[in-house]
Amino acid sequence: MPIPSPFHERTQPLCSSYRWKDWSGYCAVCSYDTSHEREYFAFRETAGLLDVTPLYKYEVSGPDAGALLARMMVRDMSKLKVGRVAYTCWCDDDGKVIDDGTVSRLGESHFRVTAADPTLHWLQALSRGFDVTIEDSSMRLAALALQGPTSRAILRDAVDPMVGAGSSPIDALKFFGVTRSAISGIPVWISRTGYTGDLGYEVWVEREQALGVWDALMAAGSSHGIEPAGLDALDVVRIEAGFILLGVDYYSSHKVVLESRKSTPLELGFGWMVDLERGNFIGRDAIAAEMKRGSIWQLVGLEVSWEELEALYAGFNLPPSLPATARRDALPIYDEDGRQVGQATSHTWSPLLKKYLAIASVRRGSEAKGTKLQIEHTVEYERRKITATVAPIPFYDPERKRKP
Amino acid sequence: MTSTQYDAIVVGAGHNGLVCAAYLAKAGRKVLVLERRHQVGGATTTEEIYPGYKFTCCSYVVSLLRPWIIRDLDLPRHGYEILPLEATVTPFPDGRYLVRDSDPERTRRSIAQFSPRDAEVYKRFGQEMAELGRLIKPLIDEPAPDPLSRDPRELLRIARLGKHVRGQGDDWLFANVKIMTMSAVDFLSEYFECEQLIAPMAVSGIIGTFLGIRSPGTAYVLLHHYMGEIDGSFRAWGLPKGGTGAIADAIASSARALGVEIRTNAPVAHLLMQNGSSGAAAGVVLDNGDEIRAKVVISGLDPHRTFLKLVGEKNLEPELAQQVKRFKMRGSSGKVNLALDALPELACLPGYGPHLQGGITIAPSIDYLERAYDDAKYGAFSRKPFMDVLIPSMTDPTLAPPGKHVMSIFVQYAPYHLKEGAADWPNQREAFGDTVIDTLSEYMPNLKDLILHRQVLTPWDLEQIYGLTEGNIFHGELSLEQLAFQRPLAGWSRYQTPVKNLWMCASGTHPGGGIMGAPGALCARTLLGKRAV
Repeated sequence: MPIPSPFHERTQPLCSSYRWKDWSGYCAVCSYDTSHEREYFAFRETAGLLDVTPLYKYEVSGPDAGALLARMMVRDMSKLKVGRVAYTCWCDDDGKVIDDGTVSRLGESHFRVTAADPTLHWLQALSRGFDVTIEDSSMRLAALALQGPTSRAILRDAVDPMVGAGSSPIDALKFFGVTRSAISGIPVWISRTGYTGDLGYEVWVEREQALGVWDALMAAGSSHGIEPAGLDALDVVRIEAGFILLGVDYYSSHKVVLESRKSTPLELGFGWMVDLERGNFIGRDAIAAEMKRGSIWQLVGLEVSWEELEALYAGFNLPPSLPATARRDALPIYDEDGRQVGQATSHTWSPLLKKYLAIASVRRGSEAKGTKLQIEHTVEYERRKITATVAPIPFYDPERKRKP
Repeated sequence: MTSTQYDAIVVGAGHNGLVCAAYLAKAGRKVLVLERRHQVGGATTTEEIYPGYKFTCCSYVVSLLRPWIIRDLDLPRHGYEILPLEATVTPFPDGRYLVRDSDPERTRRSIAQFSPRDAEVYKRFGQEMAELGRLIKPLIDEPAPDPLSRDPRELLRIARLGKHVRGQGDDWLFANVKIMTMSAVDFLSEYFECEQLIAPMAVSGIIGTFLGIRSPGTAYVLLHHYMGEIDGSFRAWGLPKGGTGAIADAIASSARALGVEIRTNAPVAHLLMQNGSSGAAAGVVLDNGDEIRAKVVISGLDPHRTFLKLVGEKNLEPELAQQVKRFKMRGSSGKVNLALDALPELACLPGYGPHLQGGITIAPSIDYLERAYDDAKYGAFSRKPFMDVLIPSMTDPTLAPPGKHVMSIFVQYAPYHLKEGAADWPNQREAFGDTVIDTLSEYMPNLKDLILHRQVLTPWDLEQIYGLTEGNIFHGELSLEQLAFQRPLAGWSRYQTPVKNLWMCASGTHPGGGIMGAPGALCARTLLGKRAV
């Protein structure tokens, strides 16, 4: 049975819909209201406050911390500067992705790793011979994501002023930066990261002091349109942002039985993380070989034709209709000759972009931008196909996300 | 003088003018848009009337903007964002209130306080109206059918429409006849029994018209408001991010990307006629005397302005001039926009909550609304007006400084023709504003303490500032005799005018007013189809 998070005392009375789900063993809100619409627009127009405590967190410290993570991660973590965060994935020896997450360099020899799945065993297995200590801080630390265009103004109001500092530490915090700070006297880490593809921050705090941070952010946010937000709204914005999700868009190589179910960094669009010249890291040789040989799959964005959708429904004398929430039921993707070339693993209507979007994996040859593919769509129990065009991801990428 | 030869000049950069220009440019035509004011948008406008506070001065919600226009012009990429309008709250003097929102069960419970029976019927009514709206949709996405035409293509189209109508069954046809002829209250009373529900629903039938909720023909206007759709969901209304002006900006940005040239602060004085003849337009003459030539001139102005000012009465046949003058403008509403120091509280529902993110409708009873019309019939603004109140900064904080708010109040009735004459509006403007604030304060006791700035727009102001003749927000009433093949003039419903090379593309043409864009797009389509340029 899932357990309450340290913020439960606050989130539970607000969750008038009683809609919860299990996220890594925690009770997590799907949507506070019967519909997630207001929370979705908070992420995009004001600010949404999301409890992300269920993320797995690990503290890696000691003289060899950087070297250990450089070995484990596809991206070179030894180069990560103090006060910076990197998004990366990590692989097994065969170059198949285990998980993806962030690595923050909090100090010269202190890194924090976040992961979607438990990762302690993997860190420990790799750490033999390295002078490091590894702590599973998942239970100790609570976390909140504050995401949206007004998140900066809210944090600026919420954080305690620093003695001697002229401008707010929040304004100095760059995209993918992390800093120590305090909110209502409570020490916190604030990183300018998130899963919404928008301006946003994540706040990390000791669980005993979690409620104080929630209260301070809600108070500071009251004049900036803050809304507690749940996972239904997050699922729509993360698809707009083109972020993939472990267990939905790909599967951990540690968990699947079928080899064909595993994915490589190149197939998932993580090729930009790879630097073959930097020395060995786990999965390097396999990735190098794949680079020569070419990948089998490619993750792509798809935009589904609204005109065809409308026409399809009109054929049944119905107005077009799409599910109100983002969906994870995989849909087969066909090429123009009717051959199945892949599957859409996440799909949603984007109220902001006015487009029906999907994240899909397709076989090599169908991944070029503008390729016309077909996606399955069921109307009145009948399975039909409509055109879906390969489009670049992220679908939505506002300038404010990385603006200084 | 300018040497550039344009295919088309669009007079007026309202949303329809911009849409029309964008479609023409998309088809490769060279288009110039001339706007009298300093900014584009016309009545689709956001203005910083008070520093730091952006008012959606005129139109304030969107629903009817055609989805195919949004796609064709790629508006989301140009900044078009629509936020949902959460709910409608109607407070009553006895302290009770009605909430209608996207949660059907919550809505049902709220209506059930007044009538458990109506609470059940409400959902079915919504479905039936959405169905009606959906089936009428082909009419608003195409030029009006021309019953006099002998063109086989047109006859085929009418036959297709006829088949579409027959195909919907008898019940649908009867419902349609009813909706075309009945009053909003009578129509709603066929479904509902409690006036706490009928009154706030009936107001959709009078918005922008000089009619009362008991006047025949208002049921149709009700339907016009039910045709709204957002993302395929009918009867959905939204708030444009950045105010309605942001929609105009998005369309203008798309138009510019397509090659349209837009000049602001460029008032047009009148049409330029070919060789001094009165029959054909050759371009326009600006206030500063500049002449700009084009193959066609497209008027984004209302029918009165187009014919009586742009063309000039002396260039019109007297019979035509009479017809134009008979086209009813009769503005009946005003706007009061407020800059607020903090959020106001509703007496019936104190505290801050999602209910303030939606519309607040001041329409407590049928008699209240009919009395409001009584005042207007005899040339006075309503002493107790109907009001549609929104706090758009609740959903879109970019409109006001943090913690501060803007409030948009649509007020009816404010008849253009006061018994003292329309020109007396400047003398009555502040009294009108006071009446609005006093009435609203009965439901929001702390409102007066929060007002930092007040903008009052009477129909006279709407005419002066935005060029809406008699302050009519729809470029002419949406009454049955002024719709479809009779809009704006019988025989001239296809965007073409009796003046050669002069076309019309705005709300005074089919399918009418609201931020719909269809007149502009259909004008462009018709014009290109006829190879006018």
